[in-house]
Amino acid sequence: MSTNGTYVDRGAPPAHRDAIIRVRDLAAGFGDRLIIDGLDLDVWRGEILGVVGASGTGKSVLTRAIIGLVPKKRGTVEVFGVDLGEASLKQTLAVERRWGVLFQHGALFSSLTVKQNIQVPLREHANFSPRLMDEIAMVKLDLVGLKPAAADLYPSELSGGMIKRAALARALALDPELIFLDEPTSGLDPIGAQDFDELILTLRRTLGLTVFMVTHDLDSLAQACDRIAALGDKKVLAEGPISDMRRASHPWLKAYFNGPRARAAAAEI
Amino acid sequence: MAAFAADSDLLPPSGTPHRLRLSGEWTAAHAGALEDLVDKTGKTLAGRNVTLDLNEVTRVDTVGAHLLDRLRQDIMDSGGATSIEGARPEQSILIAAISKDERIEFRPPAPRLNALVGLVADVGRGMHSAWTDVTSWVSFLGSVVASAGRVIVKPRNFRLTSFVHHLELVGLRAVPIIVLIAFLVGCIIAQQSIFQLRYFGATIFAADLISVLAVRELGVLLAAIMVAGRSGSAFTAEIGSMKMREEIDAIRVMALDEVEVLILPRMLALIVGLTLLAFLSTMACLAGGALVSLIYGGISLDVFISRVDYMMTMDNFLVGMIKAPFMALVIGLIATIEGMNVEGSAESLGIRTTASVVKSIFMVIVMDGIFAMFFTAIDM
Ligand SMILES: Nc1ncnc2c1ncn2[C@@H]1O[C@H](COP(=O)(O)OP(=O)(O)OP(=O)(O)O)[C@@H](O)[C@H]1O
Ligand SMILES: [Mg+2]
Repeated sequence: MSTNGTYVDRGAPPAHRDAIIRVRDLAAGFGDRLIIDGLDLDVWRGEILGVVGASGTGKSVLTRAIIGLVPKKRGTVEVFGVDLGEASLKQTLAVERRWGVLFQHGALFSSLTVKQNIQVPLREHANFSPRLMDEIAMVKLDLVGLKPAAADLYPSELSGGMIKRAALARALALDPELIFLDEPTSGLDPIGAQDFDELILTLRRTLGLTVFMVTHDLDSLAQACDRIAALGDKKVLAEGPISDMRRASHPWLKAYFNGPRARAAAAEI
Repeated sequence: MAAFAADSDLLPPSGTPHRLRLSGEWTAAHAGALEDLVDKTGKTLAGRNVTLDLNEVTRVDTVGAHLLDRLRQDIMDSGGATSIEGARPEQSILIAAISKDERIEFRPPAPRLNALVGLVADVGRGMHSAWTDVTSWVSFLGSVVASAGRVIVKPRNFRLTSFVHHLELVGLRAVPIIVLIAFLVGCIIAQQSIFQLRYFGATIFAADLISVLAVRELGVLLAAIMVAGRSGSAFTAEIGSMKMREEIDAIRVMALDEVEVLILPRMLALIVGLTLLAFLSTMACLAGGALVSLIYGGISLDVFISRVDYMMTMDNFLVGMIKAPFMALVIGLIATIEGMNVEGSAESLGIRTTASVVKSIFMVIVMDGIFAMFFTAIDM
């Protein structure tokens, strides 16, 4: 990753719209309490979608419901054209190999080193020689901006930002077509966050990656995201490019995208 | 068409530029075959001036880009030169992002120690850790006593709610299983001793045997072993996972004493709970013995009770009961120390929990032996 300059060649979302994730009338929650109720959302192939919302509005729950970690109460979730509610185990596994997930708190395996963590998907789902596995792990480490010395550390020996990067490297291990990121830049220093945006854009340009990104980082939203979906009242309040968001009339959106921090972020670009 | 290929049949004399046409999918799915191909081609073209022609490559992912990079490095390391042609813009960005100036070292695993040396080293390490175990138990016991002292001076600091909660978990909830086990062991011992004593016509003394055994040894031992397995492991796991999530650190920075908050209530609950359980377990053991004596040995309940009454002197009773609080103390100490020693990984939590149970059961039995010698020495 390079850090020179603030200009990022964003590439462009493809003109042809092909839904890679299609969520319809989704309801999910815990016990009797619905966190998400009647939510519709599309994510197009090759786009970078930013999901925003106040803390506790259910961004993580939505992500987990799409991935299938939170059982849904109603509605359908289609990923890569496969309805995950109806899919057979084999189909589900096939879909799971094509996506990568970065959890909010990293979720690295605590008894494996960083390198071994990155190699878990390689070991399980691909047939690489030991040498190639080591090399690929180091390539991914370098890609996310970690020093080679971090490879042999255990997660408990990493800083917060390093955990994020290592988890990202693991999520990217198998070159997924779709990646879910839950607050990828929280805990990164500003340069690291900038590098992260550039990395995501590079991967989108080179590998055609589709990105579903929960974030509070206004710079990331402005620089990296093609489209933003704002969650609130258990639904998608509004969706569209950041220029639309700045004109939105909903009070929370107004406060969020026109607050002092948002203006500062906009001024930089 | 093959999924990928490198076409380099006709080798021109070295020195002249050479064009290597690559084709197909350079992706993770074909990693194994691609790697062979790259290594073979790298050897063939060592030291040459090669142009890699990517015009016919349909797809490249990070694995493919890395292998391309390895091919280039192999050729360049052997004194050759490479250039890339015909890469699509996105492919060249990816290759540029992946390739690096220094080579990634491939380190073979470190050689293992000689088996015999390894064994000796292991034994040495084991002895050393046994010794540090003992010293850490003693120093931890010291800090528990100190904090108990502070609580005695200022009883308001005692966590009564926590104590009651743990007393319920350690004591009340363990009653059914401990009573059941002690009862069954009582039955078994009665059956065996009646069977053996029958040859001498001394069936009646089975009652004496059972009551001495149950009161002095079995009741408390069974209860202690069960508590070590049930509650010792739970304490280690609780404290260990709090340690992992930095909850213990949070307690410390809030100017609280983790021994006072977490450990003292648990320790006291163990001491009170195990003492009560030892008594119940003794009674259950006797009841089991009485039942089998009646059914299998024909010893009536009246006779059994009168034998127990005769044997169960205050001395015998005290010898049994006095052991319970000490065993509880040792179980609690080991459980909490092991919990405090948990490090960051889930694996270490598992290892520590196992160690806690094994060590505390071992120590319970060792202590029982020491007590037996002690009581014999003072004629009790
Ligand atoms: N496992 C759970 N059990 C019960 N309730 C939960 C659970 N996980 C989340 N919730 C509830 O769901 C709601 C949404 O949580 P979620 O983690 O999705 O928030 P979020 O939008 O991701 O917030 P943040 O920006 O702080 O990460 C919260 O009110 C939370 O209390
Ligand atoms: Mg969240």
